[in-house]
Amino acid sequence: MPSSHDTTQRSATISVLVDNEAGVLARVIGLFSGRGYNIDSLTVAPVERDGKQSRINIVTSGTSMVIEQIKAQLDRLVPVHRVADLTQEGPHVAREMALIKVIGTGEMRVEALRIADTFRARVVDTTVGSFVFELTGATEKLDAFIDLMHGLGLAEVSRTGVAAIARGTRVM
Amino acid sequence: MSAELIQSGAEILLRALKDQGVEVIFGYPGGAVLPIYDAIFQQNAIRHILVRHEQAAVHAAEGYARSTGRVGVVLVTSGPGATNAVTGLVDALMDSIPIVCLTGQVPTHLIGNDAFQEADTTGITRPATKHNYLVKRAEDLARVVHEAFYVARSGRPGPVVIDLPKDVVINPAPYTEAAVMHPTYRPQTEPDHGQIARAVALLKQAHRPMIYAGGGVINAGPEAAAALTKFVRMTGFPITNTLMGLGAFPASDPHFLGMLGMHGTYEANLAMHGCDVLLAIGARFDDRVTGRLNAFSPDSQKIHIDIDGSSINKNVPVEVPIVADAGRALAALIEQWNADPTPVETGAIATWWRHIDTWRAKGCLTFTQDMRRGGVIKPQYAIQRLYEITKALDREVFITTEVGQHQMWAAQHFKFERPNHWMTSGGLGTMGYGLPAAMGVQIAHPDALVIDIAGEASIQMNIQEMGTLAQYRLPVKVFILNNQYMGMVRQWQELLHGSRYSETYSEALPDFVKLADAYHAKGLQARTVDELDDVIHAMLACPTAVIADIAVDQAENCFPMIPSGAAHNQMLLGPEHEESGHGVTDEGLALV
Ligand SMILES: Cc1cc2nc3c(=O)[nH]c(=O)nc-3n(C[C@H](O)[C@H](O)[C@H](O)COP(=O)(O)OP(=O)(O)OC[C@H]3O[C@@H](n4cnc5c(N)ncnc54)[C@H](O)[C@@H]3O)c2cc1C
Ligand SMILES: Cc1ncc(C[n+]2csc(CCOP(=O)(O)OP(=O)(O)O)c2C)c(N)n1
Ligand SMILES: [Mg+2]
Repeated sequence: MPSSHDTTQRSATISVLVDNEAGVLARVIGLFSGRGYNIDSLTVAPVERDGKQSRINIVTSGTSMVIEQIKAQLDRLVPVHRVADLTQEGPHVAREMALIKVIGTGEMRVEALRIADTFRARVVDTTVGSFVFELTGATEKLDAFIDLMHGLGLAEVSRTGVAAIARGTRVM
Repeated sequence: MSAELIQSGAEILLRALKDQGVEVIFGYPGGAVLPIYDAIFQQNAIRHILVRHEQAAVHAAEGYARSTGRVGVVLVTSGPGATNAVTGLVDALMDSIPIVCLTGQVPTHLIGNDAFQEADTTGITRPATKHNYLVKRAEDLARVVHEAFYVARSGRPGPVVIDLPKDVVINPAPYTEAAVMHPTYRPQTEPDHGQIARAVALLKQAHRPMIYAGGGVINAGPEAAAALTKFVRMTGFPITNTLMGLGAFPASDPHFLGMLGMHGTYEANLAMHGCDVLLAIGARFDDRVTGRLNAFSPDSQKIHIDIDGSSINKNVPVEVPIVADAGRALAALIEQWNADPTPVETGAIATWWRHIDTWRAKGCLTFTQDMRRGGVIKPQYAIQRLYEITKALDREVFITTEVGQHQMWAAQHFKFERPNHWMTSGGLGTMGYGLPAAMGVQIAHPDALVIDIAGEASIQMNIQEMGTLAQYRLPVKVFILNNQYMGMVRQWQELLHGSRYSETYSEALPDFVKLADAYHAKGLQARTVDELDDVIHAMLACPTAVIADIAVDQAENCFPMIPSGAAHNQMLLGPEHEESGHGVTDEGLALV
């Protein structure tokens, strides 16, 4: 039972199956901005072969009462089929991908490549003065890698945001 | 499926409306909707009521919907037509009123080009509606209309906009019948029986039970109100209604404690504060009702029945959440109440009623009317007389209101025995709601007595609708409690801002009698208490629309009042009572 006195914040990864109609993303985003909820990350793409349904993954944070409210508010949008709180419903996998551009030469360049290797980042573009690394993994892993690159010529970052799915046989 | 007949989009639209049982549209024409108006001209099945402002069209549709339980329909043109309707749409959204609003739009190939009278209507109305559609092909039109009606009336009702580009209503297409099921939107209406059993178990062991019922019971239809009445009488529990719920339970029944909340009764608010089990039905724990949240009904276990899961645990955490239609849930509660053999705590409940009766004995709504000739009319007295005189008539009476003190006095002193006879703007608090809403009610109930209890400031916000009353010979009665102030704001200035009456005096008022005359209606005026009854009788006897301008005490405040940020047991009572509340805290000053 959520308690109004419980002010501890938690993070929640919520997946939403929606009809892929015009304006559906605006509805979801408008709900978050209009009601003052946080969006830490948001991804969206069609997930059915006929393109009729999309899956939106949202990472948000708030008190339990707020997160329950976010789910209830999402659930009552007309084009929403289902809302799943992956954080609460059991173990799940959450991954994101980042493209990270590092510009540098000499010792810094060698060090960047060595760290990329331990993180299992792939080099997807290279020039004599730069690398673009591709790294997939949990948000924290990406954060840690990007942190390390700061001292090694980090120039630009492009991240996808989190895609998430339940472990095991459970489906939405 | 009859796909053979090819019609224009406008004809498809009207056929779909007719198939949805629509009899009346409230609207206003313009360039983008000309083909629709042309189709309206060529048929007789659906009546069009021409308003004088698009906001009024939506309020009229709200009055029509609230008084009939049906979906209200609005038709406006693109651009300014649509933007003028927005206040009405938000009003309907806040108060859960089913509306379908058709808006014209520039042709599809011009959308996004800043074309003449183009506005991003679906963008603007997205947060103002339950759902909205932009129809891009005439083939989709019939399906979207059927879907829109289903969405507007199902689950928690609300307004739905259908934006119609001009080419879409011109292009020919086949007609599609209404689908039986909506693909995704299927609100839960049946209660979970385990939860109903838990609710009854809690209620049976209650020592100080309380029922708090709101507008959702009205939304659920007259059977829900009947079930509520039955449940209250079989349990013997006390009940209060929200502003939106008035009429869901008969006000004359001794179980009724009156309205609760900011301007609710002493007995209702103290019973909310002191109860040990609270049953909330179709009510959304609005801040006007709860007062300070951490002091709201602090000792109770709470059961909440609501069709919208997002209303539950939104403001106040509850022990037994029940997502269901109020009518279905009440039927299940009644059944389970009879099936559960546990006896109620009769002794404790009798003690509880004795407490309530001492609170009641305070007579928190008492006022003193100077009955001498020339005495200043108290606004409460004007409403009391209006109630008593109309009650004695053998007529169906509908009351609408504007927003302000007069609205609260109407809620306190007019007694409602049945649902759907009281229409007021609760959630948005829209001044200018009452006159057009009354118009919509009168269209739906041509023989009934429809009265807008108004303030002299609010009435000016949609006064142009007097023209609509004249055109359609609608005998709506506008009963203005004229205190020459935006009284509700003046009251806050008096109590919270050192009596600095900044911009709240109603300067340069029109002569309402002449104004009525100019609009082909009857104007009446009561200046002193001895004139009041005659004016009310003359108003009721008049076959046309009337504006009755009732001069009332300019300094009167509306009590009881729970100041912002205070708790239910910190009510301010009126000058008739010595006891007073604790005043307003600094945090309270920041609240509305
Ligand atoms: C000047 C002013 C002063 C006010 N003062 C007060 C005051 O003192 N007291 C007061 O009560 N209000 C007051 N209000 C009104 C207040 O702002 C709210 O509008 C009102 O309290 C809400 O009423 P409600 O809780 O019944 O909810 P509504 O707005 O009527 O909402 C209905 C609820 O029922 C649910 N529902 C809908 N259909 C169904 C169904 N079929 N089955 C089950 N549930 C359903 C909905 O999901 C929603 O949660 C005031 C307004 C103004 C303008
Ligand atoms: C459209 C709109 N603007 C402003 C307000 C704020 N407001 C609430 S009550 C009120 C005064 C209403 O005055 P009047 O109609 O004379 O009613 P009274 O309170 O005097 O009975 C105002 C300005 C509002 N509710 N609606
Ligand atoms: Mg006034």
